[in-house]
Amino acid sequence: MTMEYGGVWNGCLEMNSRQVIQLEFFLEAGDFSTAGEASSQIKRILQQIGVKAETARRIAIGAYEAEMNVIIHSLGGKMRVAILPDRTDISVEDNGPGIADVKLAMQEGYSTAPDHIRDMGFGAGMGLPNMARCSDEFSITSEVGVGTKIRMVIHHP
Amino acid sequence: MTVGEIIEQVSLTVMAATAGLDKEVKQGYVSDLLSNVMAFAGADSVWVTMQGHQNIVAVASLAGLSAVIIAGGAKPEDETIAKAKQEGVVLLATPLPSFEVAGQLYRLGIRGA
Repeated sequence: MTMEYGGVWNGCLEMNSRQVIQLEFFLEAGDFSTAGEASSQIKRILQQIGVKAETARRIAIGAYEAEMNVIIHSLGGKMRVAILPDRTDISVEDNGPGIADVKLAMQEGYSTAPDHIRDMGFGAGMGLPNMARCSDEFSITSEVGVGTKIRMVIHHP
Repeated sequence: MTVGEIIEQVSLTVMAATAGLDKEVKQGYVSDLLSNVMAFAGADSVWVTMQGHQNIVAVASLAGLSAVIIAGGAKPEDETIAKAKQEGVVLLATPLPSFEVAGQLYRLGIRGA
């Protein structure tokens, strides 16, 4: 199953041990009005297939931070999600501009967000650290002028 | 203490409450930084903020918060109220400043995360 961003999923889901639910969301730069919808859909599905509330919460928060980062900082991108019986695997890829110093960007409190974004309560320099905190496996690679790739894997206990 | 009980005891205007009035409030958190809330508020918290834009609804819903109180007379945007109704997020508003709201919640037995 592949879902386009903006699609509404109201179905009932059941998984056996071999199944995987795959989702793909397109994220538009600067689109604050639909921000969070991808993460909400992911959380809804996790709840429907019976993933523990605390785990679904961690996944939803990590996904939301990733979603917001693409919307705030990038030229747009996409999020691919694979929900397996034992884990959720999230890959986020944007179309640039890329991060010059990833180590610095990972530092809590460091942010390049402009004032109008900070006024909304974003840009506290906690997005990437939050993603890492929510994940069991986290990786980030970035190339200036190309884009940033993030992968988060969260195990379902 | 439930969200409904808090509404009865603190002077709050209900902006949206299509669901969740019987939800238990386990703790409280005050912050206007969204990532900070997601990192530290904890599930089933009541969140006090002066942000009134629509993204607070996603934060409350994704982080599993019990209710959002918009303090200091800040006005939630129409989109925020509509989204809260749609998502079943309890949205409350008050002219009381955040400090005062936190104090009243504390007096009711709500503690920090």
